[in-house]
Amino acid sequence: MTFDPNLAAIRFGSGRSPLFDLPREADALLAELDTGQLYDVTGFGDTRPSMAEFQAAAKVARAARGTDALDAEEAAFREVRVAANTFYYGAVRSGLARHVGAEFGFAARLETFWADHFTVIARNVAQRHMVSTFVQDAIRPHIHGSFSQMLKAVATHPMMLIYLEQTRSVGPESIQGKRLKCGLNENLAREMLELHTLGVGGPYSQTDVTELAELLTGLTYRAKDGFYYNPRLAEPGAETVLGVTYDEADGIANILTAMDDLASHPQTAEHIARKIAAEFVADEPDPDLIDAMKEAFVATDGDLPTVYGTMLDHPAAWAPKLQKVKSPLRFITSSMRALGVTGDAVAQADGRKTRELILGPLRVMGQPWEKPNGPDGWPDESAAWVSAQGMAGRISWAMSAPRVLTDGQLPDPRVFVETALGGLASQDVIFAASAAEARPDGVGLVLASPAFQRS
Amino acid sequence: MDRRQFMTRVAALGCSAAASPLVTPVALASAPWDTRLVVVILRGAMDGLDVFRPHGDPDFARLRKTLGQDSLDLTGFYGLHPALEPLLPLWHAGEFGAANAVSTPYRDKRSHFDGQDILEAGKPGLTGAENDGWLNRMMQSISGITGQTAFAIGRDQQLILTGAAPAARWSPEAALDLSPQAQSLLELVYSNDPLFATASAQAIEIAKSVEMAAEDDAADADMMMADPMMSGVRANAEHVQLAEFAAARLRDETRIASFSINGWDTHLRQEGGLKTALGRLSDTILTLRTGLGPVWEKTAVLCLTEFGRTAHENGTRGTDHGTGGAMIYAGGALNGGHVLGEWPGLAEADLYNRRDLMPTRDVRAYPAWVMHDVLGINRTTIELSIFPGLEMGRNPGIVG
Repeated sequence: MTFDPNLAAIRFGSGRSPLFDLPREADALLAELDTGQLYDVTGFGDTRPSMAEFQAAAKVARAARGTDALDAEEAAFREVRVAANTFYYGAVRSGLARHVGAEFGFAARLETFWADHFTVIARNVAQRHMVSTFVQDAIRPHIHGSFSQMLKAVATHPMMLIYLEQTRSVGPESIQGKRLKCGLNENLAREMLELHTLGVGGPYSQTDVTELAELLTGLTYRAKDGFYYNPRLAEPGAETVLGVTYDEADGIANILTAMDDLASHPQTAEHIARKIAAEFVADEPDPDLIDAMKEAFVATDGDLPTVYGTMLDHPAAWAPKLQKVKSPLRFITSSMRALGVTGDAVAQADGRKTRELILGPLRVMGQPWEKPNGPDGWPDESAAWVSAQGMAGRISWAMSAPRVLTDGQLPDPRVFVETALGGLASQDVIFAASAAEARPDGVGLVLASPAFQRS
Repeated sequence: MDRRQFMTRVAALGCSAAASPLVTPVALASAPWDTRLVVVILRGAMDGLDVFRPHGDPDFARLRKTLGQDSLDLTGFYGLHPALEPLLPLWHAGEFGAANAVSTPYRDKRSHFDGQDILEAGKPGLTGAENDGWLNRMMQSISGITGQTAFAIGRDQQLILTGAAPAARWSPEAALDLSPQAQSLLELVYSNDPLFATASAQAIEIAKSVEMAAEDDAADADMMMADPMMSGVRANAEHVQLAEFAAARLRDETRIASFSINGWDTHLRQEGGLKTALGRLSDTILTLRTGLGPVWEKTAVLCLTEFGRTAHENGTRGTDHGTGGAMIYAGGALNGGHVLGEWPGLAEADLYNRRDLMPTRDVRAYPAWVMHDVLGINRTTIELSIFPGLEMGRNPGIVG
C-alpha cells in the first residue's frame, strides 16, 4: 500500500475537483503548508467591532432606555451588530473557501483539525464573530511549525483565555486575590492537560490541575492590550506540575516553559499522533502508524510537518478501504469541489446562500458552525455523524443544493460519478446516477453515496 | 442487479414509496409497557446545592457567601431556587421532587466529558471505548421494542441511548423530501453499507411520520400555549421545541425519550447562569406536562447531571467541579413533593475531600428503582446488566 493520488485527494485533501489536478506525491501535499494562507480574515486585534466596542455599544443602548437618546443609541448599537454579523458571515465563507479554493486542501484540513483540537466557543453574541480570529492568529500560522509553538499561541490568545475562563482566575494569595477575595478558576489548566496535551487518560492528578492553575495565574486579557500578563494576579510561590517545579521568580517565562514541557511530554506525542491519524486514516488507527508518528514527534520535539510526513509515508495511511466518514463540513466542502465551485464563488456568496446552503444544513447534519458541545470539540468517531437526522440533512442537501451552487448548470450525472469519485465509484452508484429520473437526483445520489460520504 | 432487473422491481412496486423496504412503516406493535420514561441530561454539572438549597444546615450560609438568596421554602430544611417557582404547583401536587447527595461512581478527576460518559454508560468506570448506554441496555432486556420505542432528540449524540437496541434520533428541524424513484435508488446505493442503510431508512421513516403529524402538532402547539401554566414559557426556544417534539412522540407509540439541556457549568457569576439554565429546565418540564395531557399521569422524567459542584462558592461568584449533587425528577408516575436521600451535612469534615458535597447514594439507584417499580424489571437484570456494579439497596420511595 503506497501513495495513491485519488486517495490522497479524498483522504488527506478536501476532495476531488475538476479545477485541479490530483496530487502526485506526498511532498505535494506537504508543500501546500508553505504556500501561504488562502482567504484570510483579520486577527483579534484588528477586527471591528472589537468585543469591547460591541459591549460598550450594548451598554450605552441599555442605559439610554427611557431617555430621549434611545432611538439614536439603539440605531448605533444596531450598526455595530450588523458589522459584527457581516464579519461573522464573511468568516464562515472564508472558512469554507479555504477548502474549496485550495489546490488539494491538505492545509485547510489541518487548520480545521487543529481549530477543533483547540476548540474555542463563543460564550455570547459579542464574541460570536471573534472565534475565527482565534483560528487566524493562533492556529493557521502554526500548522507547519512545532506543536509547542501552537500550544503557546493558543494558550495566550484572548479568545482561549476568555473561553476557558483564565481571565477570571486569580491567585488566592496574589495581590489582587487578597484585595478582592477572589480565587482560582481551573478550567484552562484542566483542559490543557486533559484535551490539549496529555489526553484524558494521561498521568496527571487533581493536584497537577490545581498547581498548573496556580502557575497559569497572571495570563489574562484586557481590551486595550489584548493578551496581557498581569503579575498582580499571579499566585506567589513555586508550583509543581508532573513532578517539575516552576519557580515564581521567572514570571511569564516559567509559564511558557511549563507549556513547552507539556508539549514535549511523551504522552502528548502519543495523544497527538493518535488524534491526527484518527482524523485522517481511521477511527482506530493501526498501532504501528501511531508509533511511527509518535516517534517522529518525540525525535523532532513536535515538528508537525515531520509528523504529517511520517503519516503520509506509512503504508497503513493508504489502505484502500475507506474507514472514515466525512464530517458535515467536509461533506459540504468536498461536494462543492466536486461540482467545480470556485473558492471565490464561495467567498462571495450572499447572506441568504450562506444561511441556506451552509449554516442551516450544517446544523441539521449535526455540526453547527463553531458550536460543538464543549471544549472537546466534534466527535472523532465516524459513526457519530451517521444518524437518521444527520442523513436526512445530507440527503436533502445533496438533492437540492447542487442546483443552486452551479446556477442551474448541473453536470451530467453519468459524468459526475467519475468527477466526484474517480475510481471509487461502485457499480450501484454508476447505475443509480444513470437511472435517476432527473439530473438533480442523479447528482444527489452520487453525493449521498457511501463512496462519497466516506474517506 | 442490472438496470433491467432494477426497473422491473421499481415497476412492480408501482413506484409506491410505502412498499419500499426503506420506508416500511415500523411495526405498530404496542410497546410492552405504558409508562413514559424521559431522561434529561443536564450537561455541564448542575449545582444541586443551589437548586434544592439546604438552608437548615448550619454551614450552608458560611459556604455560600453571595449565592442562595431569595429561596422559596419547601420543607423548612430545603428551599427552592426562585427560578423554579413555575414548578411549585407541581411540587405541591406531588409531581416534582429531587434526590440529594447523589453521584455516579466517578471520582476525583472531575472532567465533564468523562463524567457524562460514566453517567450515560451507567457503569462503574470508563473503558475508553464506551459504546452503549444504560437506557439502551434497559431496552435490550425487554422484548417487543420497535424502532419508535425510544427517541434521542436533538443535535447531540447521546451515549445513553446508543447500543444494540434500536433507538431513533431526531432533531425537530430536519426534513426530507424525496421522489419515490430517488428513494428506491438511494436504497440501492446504500444496500452494501449497513451503517448508511440503517440511518437513511430511519431518516425517511421519521421524516414521513413527522410530516404526517405536523398538522396535528401545529394545532396542539397553539392549544398548549393557551394553557395558563405555560404563560412564562418561550414558545420558539430550542428546548421548548425539543420538549414539544418529545411530547408528540410520547403521546404516540414512543415510550422513552432522552435529550440534553446545556448551560450548567457555572464557574463564573452563577446567579445569572443558573437562572437561565433552570428557566430552560422549568420550561421543558412544563411543556412536557402540558403536551402529554393525560399521559403525564403515566410519565416519569429524570433529570441527571454528571456531578455536583464545590460546596464552597469560588472567587468569581460561581462554583467549580465537585462530586455529590442532585437529581431532579417530575411526572405523575413519581412520588414528588420530597427531597429524597440521606443528608451528609456540610461541616468541613463531612465534605468529600473537604471540598465537595459527600455523595450518600449512587445516583443510578433512582432510575434503577423506577425501572423496578414502574417497568417491572427485575433486580438481578438491573444490577448485573443495566447498571453493573450497582447495589440497589432499600427502596427510596421515588415511585408513589
